[in-house]
Amino acid sequence: MIDPVTLAVLKGRLEQIADEMDATLFRSAFNPIIAEAHDACHGLYDAATGATLIQGKSGLPIFVGVMAFAVRAVMDKFGDTVVDGDVFIFNDPYLGGTHLSDFRLVRPYFRDGTLFCWLGSVGHWHDVGGNVPGNYNPAATECFQEGMLIPPVRLSAGGQTRQDVIDIILANTRLPTSAWGDLNGQINALDLGAKRLDALLAEYGAGTVADALGELRRRAATMMRSLIAELPDGTWSMEDFLDNDGRTDVPLKVALDLTVRGDRMTLDFSRSSPACAGPVNIALSTTVASCYVALKHLFRDVPANAGVMDPIEVVVAEGSFLNVKAPKPVGGYTETILRIIDVLFSIFEHVKPAITNGQAYGTINALSIAGHRPNGARWVMFSFYGGGHGGNPEGDGLNHGNAPISTATIPPVEILEAAYPVRFTQWALRPDSGGAGTHRGGLGAVYEIEVMNPEAEGFVFGERARFRPKGVLGGGEAAPTRFSYEGADGWAEPPLGAKMVGIPLSRGRRVRLETPGGGGWGDPLVRDPAAVARDVTLGYVTADAARDLYRVAVDAHGALDTVATARLRGTGA
Amino acid sequence: MTVIGVDVGGTFTDLFLYDEATGKVTVGKVPSTRGNQSVGFVEGIRERIPLAEVASVVHGTTVGTNALLERKGARAGLITTRGFRDVLEMRRRDRRQTWGLWGQFVPVIQRDLRLEVGERTLADGTVLEAIDPAEIRAAARALLDKGCEAVCVVFINAYANPANERAALDALRDVWPNEHANCSSAILPEIREFERTSTTAINAYLQPVVGSYLGALETRLKEGGFAGDVLIVQSNGGVMTVDTARALPVRTALSGPAAGVIAAAAIARGAGFPNVITGDVGGTSFDVSLIVDGTPQLAAQTTLDFGLVVRTPMVEISTIGAGGGSIAGIDRGGLLQVGPESAGSDPGPVCYGLGNDRPTVTDANVVMGRINAERPIGGKLARLDVDAARRAIEETVAKPLGLDVMAAAEAIVRVANARMAGAIRLVSIERGHDPKRFALMPFGGGGALHACALIREVGLASALVPRFPGVTSAMGCIIADMRHDRVQTINATLDGLDVARLTADVRATAAALTLQLDRSGMRFEGVETLVELDMSYVGQTHTVAVPLALPDGRDLTAADVRTAFEAAYRGAYGRLLDGLPMRLLNLRTAVVGRRPAFALSTLAPRGGSVEGARRGVRRIWAEGAWHEAAVLDRLALPAGAVIPGPAVLEQPDSTIVVEPDMAARVDPLGNLVIERKP
Repeated sequence: MIDPVTLAVLKGRLEQIADEMDATLFRSAFNPIIAEAHDACHGLYDAATGATLIQGKSGLPIFVGVMAFAVRAVMDKFGDTVVDGDVFIFNDPYLGGTHLSDFRLVRPYFRDGTLFCWLGSVGHWHDVGGNVPGNYNPAATECFQEGMLIPPVRLSAGGQTRQDVIDIILANTRLPTSAWGDLNGQINALDLGAKRLDALLAEYGAGTVADALGELRRRAATMMRSLIAELPDGTWSMEDFLDNDGRTDVPLKVALDLTVRGDRMTLDFSRSSPACAGPVNIALSTTVASCYVALKHLFRDVPANAGVMDPIEVVVAEGSFLNVKAPKPVGGYTETILRIIDVLFSIFEHVKPAITNGQAYGTINALSIAGHRPNGARWVMFSFYGGGHGGNPEGDGLNHGNAPISTATIPPVEILEAAYPVRFTQWALRPDSGGAGTHRGGLGAVYEIEVMNPEAEGFVFGERARFRPKGVLGGGEAAPTRFSYEGADGWAEPPLGAKMVGIPLSRGRRVRLETPGGGGWGDPLVRDPAAVARDVTLGYVTADAARDLYRVAVDAHGALDTVATARLRGTGA
Repeated sequence: MTVIGVDVGGTFTDLFLYDEATGKVTVGKVPSTRGNQSVGFVEGIRERIPLAEVASVVHGTTVGTNALLERKGARAGLITTRGFRDVLEMRRRDRRQTWGLWGQFVPVIQRDLRLEVGERTLADGTVLEAIDPAEIRAAARALLDKGCEAVCVVFINAYANPANERAALDALRDVWPNEHANCSSAILPEIREFERTSTTAINAYLQPVVGSYLGALETRLKEGGFAGDVLIVQSNGGVMTVDTARALPVRTALSGPAAGVIAAAAIARGAGFPNVITGDVGGTSFDVSLIVDGTPQLAAQTTLDFGLVVRTPMVEISTIGAGGGSIAGIDRGGLLQVGPESAGSDPGPVCYGLGNDRPTVTDANVVMGRINAERPIGGKLARLDVDAARRAIEETVAKPLGLDVMAAAEAIVRVANARMAGAIRLVSIERGHDPKRFALMPFGGGGALHACALIREVGLASALVPRFPGVTSAMGCIIADMRHDRVQTINATLDGLDVARLTADVRATAAALTLQLDRSGMRFEGVETLVELDMSYVGQTHTVAVPLALPDGRDLTAADVRTAFEAAYRGAYGRLLDGLPMRLLNLRTAVVGRRPAFALSTLAPRGGSVEGARRGVRRIWAEGAWHEAAVLDRLALPAGAVIPGPAVLEQPDSTIVVEPDMAARVDPLGNLVIERKP
């Protein structure tokens, strides 16, 4: 068995390799979704099973779980024909999760003629064809409307790059230069990973490194089992909803029954809605990966290693919208996995209240505005927008944070205005958007954008317009998403809440996106009145909300009336 | 006349006095005074030399850093474009850590002190809406009524055209009662509104605090008869005048650590080691920086804490949570972890006997005999409790892992070394530098305990231990050159670039910065202009730094720029993307006034002998066994002395361990060079 000290040292060395692969792609990528928003990920995967062994720290959290399925898909298809120098590419979302925008590159790593492990790279490309620039098509009923679908194929065969494959892919995107730049970045990252592994194996020997990888997985499982064992035995249930599937305005249910027995946990989603016509379905691999992300937020010290899921069984019924097969559309997968994470945060108020928090804003609010420049060139401004995090045992939630599934940063207004014919007229926090609580939810935001091009089109794919982010332990709900746009007859809102394609825009017309805050934590009626007064002074909470939700009397400037507050709260003067 | 370098630390203030006429150097340590840093060190100076004989005091200060990290800056206000008052608080929509959604952010200017006014400039510099001076003055009065002591103006797209900001600042100054008013285009005319707002707001937040400190310092010095110059070390490693520091205190954010790196670069050049990685081991952290071809590397931006972003050129220092106080423990998976949790200096390691019972890296070093328990450095404690350290390691690490206590102590140090090695790889191998070409320069009290292991782990050529590792930063103060930086966003494709205008811009900026040097009244041995462009292929969002040499006697050409970009891009990523257009985002100009060189030879040992330096022998643990190690007084060794490992070299501010497979030699300047035995 490997000695414990070498194990600790090798863990750091291996993580550094994955981190360095992340950093290389972030720096050299062409599209801001990778370069700025870090919607990408790299790792090392088991030679025999494809299971995640090591994952970079800065990559997109949701990919931690799904890349294992991607590697598995390559193994299943190519089996013994895999040779040194092969690189596989695909974006098939049913084989390895997520959506068509995420292009995966998988490369076998050989040592002395034997497959030692797999290296993987995944990145969200700017455009992969389909009906909607940027690929968030809330009206899709088949994946074919969402973009090109490339099954696992050889990008490189025995070290020879296949230009014909690259040509096919680049012919199917609106932004071929961007795609080519990102592809190059991903290839570079895999090359770098192989080079670093060469050095590490030369230093420690392949046997020792292989032992370390196996041992790290066993220890991740041990750690998770000991955390589960500390939870009370029992079964709890929780439900939450998606607004609709982008086609018909019918809510979709995410229902979870969580059972703890000793050191094992079952996450049963059987009571969830069946597959839907629109693009908020997800593949089974994606469901499993979202459970992992939620658990790692709750138990943040467990490693990014497949062993964490060994003591956990995830049950999803065939035919559920959380377990679909081709060609069901999956483009809006982010919304569904955020709801799974929300449900897990909420259910832990029963399982282990000390570690949970109010739900975060629960939607990535993908908004794109596209048009043609005077010279005919197409432009696509596509971004995800932020919202509040939930109140938590330590304090109020963070204002304007990123989604739990990512560590993405938002592009600056000035970069967007320099690149696209738009002008932001507001970029602000949204008062009263955080759920009330002993610890208030963080605030969402208001973004307002004016088009400066003669003609443009808008596309929005958001959620939480109908069902608000929930609080925990008595904390209140956050404000819902509100999207509106200036049409010919003044301001209007999409019939489906926060989903719409082909919004006609023209010079001087605006769109306005108001995002949810986070849910509250604990009873708002015991929040310190001074903290409520300060929230009013700072404009986080209005005086009306202070009175109605917190029963604290404050004037519009935030001056606290202690006598009136005592009367409101019934605590005597 | 004497030049004095002063570095104020948390516990001690280090003084480095250099008599320019005689070449005499005096080193001193005085207790730091909380509240007003200048009290302690001015007294410390007066005890050593009459203030009238001091030509200049060069000061690395942590006043700004501390005010920022402890959120004890001034009440400041912000005037900004309507619709954008929350840019500062919304950040770039990030969070404190990847995993776990807890954690808040408190901006340096609170929301009710951020006021919006009507005005708008577009990305191409067009003014869509001009300011109304009356509205600006009303906003200023409102901020004064709310008790603001400083104010700043930040408008969207001011990098592209500063006219609205300048007009607003003029109107503002009609009513603002003090000098603490500024605008973003004067501080950082660079694209990206959050980074520019944050830098400008932090500057306003620090102006009253740093300004009053510097005022009090000057008064105190003058009262004592001082008639020389006071210079302040900037984060970029250069010095500036007090007047500049008052206007731009944001440039002092990393003043102290920057001076240390400047000294390291000078020592390394003097010793003939152009490529050095510095490693400063403190109580809670390990700070690493890279010196290539004798020059410290600069970073364009630093995050001092979550959301506290300062975008001015700073000496690039990477920090990890691994220091002497880092706590060792076994996690739930049974894996040995060292840090980032730290016992700090209070209660400190178990061996301090101040209440901590979880073992630290220092405890492991004490148990292994590498630290002298009877003669702790720093002079704070009389002796260290070895038995308590051993018991803690036994209980917390040895028993759970099934190791004996010595193997467990060694394991703690190995894991700590591995983490430090990781930090070194991050700044070297990951940036394409071959560690075989680099020497490690350990400083701080504990750096030289780990030097041998880091040479082995990373594959470094050697280690270079300065003569006085504990006062490196104070020494850096008197070595630093005067330097001023300026950035300007251009944002044009190379095809569309007006190269003649770029040349004119570079020359005009250089002239303005040179004028700033001249105004300081200092004497320089030479003035150097450095020009760098931030460039990328069109479509990329990250840029590469492209150094550009200004040709003599002619203007730049597009071909010059292209050649320079391709060289830099190839160096960073390996392959060019032929056929794609290129974009020039920012122009960065720096002007450096070279100060007279400090003669490192004044530090060289005089006389001494190996035999005279011997203090005896001590058992030290290394590579799984005890070794009889010679113990020597490091400062009593003569130049040219060679000390084969195993050996321990002691001096008042540091301990150096030479492991069995290594040997140390004293170079002519008194530095210690540690290398593998042949």
